[in-house]
Amino acid sequence: MRSDAGNPPLLTCRDVGKVWPTTGRPFVALDGIDLDVARNEFVVFLGPSGCGKSTLLYLIAGLERVSSGTIESGGSVVEGPGTDRGLIFQESSLFPWMTVGENVAFGLRLQGVAPARRREAAIALLRKVGMADAVDKRPDQLSGGMRQRAAMARALSLRPEVLLLDEPFAALDVQTRSKMQDFLIEVWRDSGASMLFVTHHIDEAVALADRVVVFTARPGRIKSIVPIDLPRPRDPRSPEARALADHLTDLLRDEVDRAFAEQERLR
Amino acid sequence: MKAVAAGTGTTPAWSGARASRLGVPPGVVRALWWVASIGCFAGMWEAVWALGWADPLLLPPPHIFLRNFADQAQFFVPSDVVGETTSASALESLGMTVVASSLRVIAGLSLGFVGSVAVGLLIRYFGLFGNLVLPTITLLAPISPIAWLPVAIFVFGIGNPPAIFMVFISLFFVMTLSTISQIDAVSRTYVNVGLIMGASRRQLFLQVIIPAILPSLFMVLRMNLFGAWMVVLVAEATGVGSGLGQIVMLARSTFNSSLSFFTMTLIGAIGFLFDVALRQVQSRVLFWVPASGVNRP
Ligand SMILES: Nc1ncnc2c1ncn2[C@@H]1O[C@H](COP(=O)(O)OP(=O)(O)OP(=O)(O)O)[C@@H](O)[C@H]1O
Ligand SMILES: [Mg+2]
Repeated sequence: MRSDAGNPPLLTCRDVGKVWPTTGRPFVALDGIDLDVARNEFVVFLGPSGCGKSTLLYLIAGLERVSSGTIESGGSVVEGPGTDRGLIFQESSLFPWMTVGENVAFGLRLQGVAPARRREAAIALLRKVGMADAVDKRPDQLSGGMRQRAAMARALSLRPEVLLLDEPFAALDVQTRSKMQDFLIEVWRDSGASMLFVTHHIDEAVALADRVVVFTARPGRIKSIVPIDLPRPRDPRSPEARALADHLTDLLRDEVDRAFAEQERLR
Repeated sequence: MKAVAAGTGTTPAWSGARASRLGVPPGVVRALWWVASIGCFAGMWEAVWALGWADPLLLPPPHIFLRNFADQAQFFVPSDVVGETTSASALESLGMTVVASSLRVIAGLSLGFVGSVAVGLLIRYFGLFGNLVLPTITLLAPISPIAWLPVAIFVFGIGNPPAIFMVFISLFFVMTLSTISQIDAVSRTYVNVGLIMGASRRQLFLQVIIPAILPSLFMVLRMNLFGAWMVVLVAEATGVGSGLGQIVMLARSTFNSSLSFFTMTLIGAIGFLFDVALRQVQSRVLFWVPASGVNRP
């Protein structure tokens, strides 16, 4: 689905900038970000390390404040975290003092849902991610992939319209990662949410995205937006997928080179 | 610190100790090493005595100071400040003395733990309160608990309160500052998860921050356990009028070295039992802290 499909976008970033108040001169992390995300669209952020991808995700999540511009979600300006936006972190984020089920139902507990109902809900949510039998396990008894699936179930518990994923599979091995990608596509279809997915992996971007947003090195700006018009399920070895991957590699290489050159000059 | 090292055979994998190859349960092996270790120590002491190198009046060996249990116990019959003695038997008095000291430590530690964690949380929860209180606490923290002893006696007179106060004060400042630094060190991710899932500030403190900081606070409590025993003995020695500390002072003033070593043995054993008990509590309440870490039984 495209953002130009006629419907108003679910999420809009207008001229968004973020300046970190570091000691010395302020640090411009993001500058002039303009982005529309349609309902149920899958958008992947790709860019050199430190270009501000996580920062943009945190701004959209409402965990950080924009320095300039505005972010709107579902028609209202983002001023803090809200249950319309879920976030999945790179590292394991389950609380070790709760069982997997309690972790998944944490958002419901905050809303005052009774324990018995919470447990039912947790089992139903865990079933969606294929691990209903783990409801009474402790997080440290799960593998890395299962932890991220549980985190996904937790994020889905509040029925978000936007799911923000910050390199959620970065710590997983290649096989698990590819399984998790298939799985994420299912969750995406099933939930009807829009996905904003950060990754360093070009193959992952090609496998998942409707559109890939490529960022420039500091300050983070949008360098180009590459639509991935391939039917799903996708074959990463098809010539079309290869060509897109090469194109993204070129775009990214320029930025990585530029980032290096800049660091040399600053030295 | 001492308290950590004093645990029962929490042998790290990288230490010299090796697992038993004979199929003996590890608990039994550990117990045997305990017996061996204490046996060697006592044996050397006895040998020094048997060879006539140590004056039994000054350094009586274990078999002498432990022999006359009943004789020793009589010194524990409480004679309060007025000089009245109770009708309790010697053994009962010994028990009462031990219980009295233990209860003071428990009361002081509990009050100190709850009080300091509460104050630490309030300091971080209410900015104004924190700004007002934190500098004073930071300033008072380095004062040795022993320096508070006169204050304890001025304010609370004699009896239990000053001893409990001493234990409380020995824990309170350290623990408050520790609570604050633990709150500040709570993983950003946990806090973010709380915020993203829609936690209010109150819910964030109660449901994320408190469980996140409890394990390390419990470690701090355990490390201060022996300090608490130290100040309670000092408090008892100087003004409370009962307890193990008073017996130590009695041994000193009557030049009774047997009694002194007997009491030391008691204090050591009780301190050890306290540490074991605290570790039990820790592994029950803080079940999620991995067993390989701080609370291997
Ligand atoms: N809280 C903060 N205070 C100051 N500077 C920050 C803060 N968070 C991030 N930065 C800086 O902002 C820049 C962008 O950080 P960000 O984490 O968004 O990058 P990223 O694109 O996610 O990088 P990576 O791919 O390595 O995760 C970095 O240079 C980082 O040092
Ligand atoms: Mg990042």
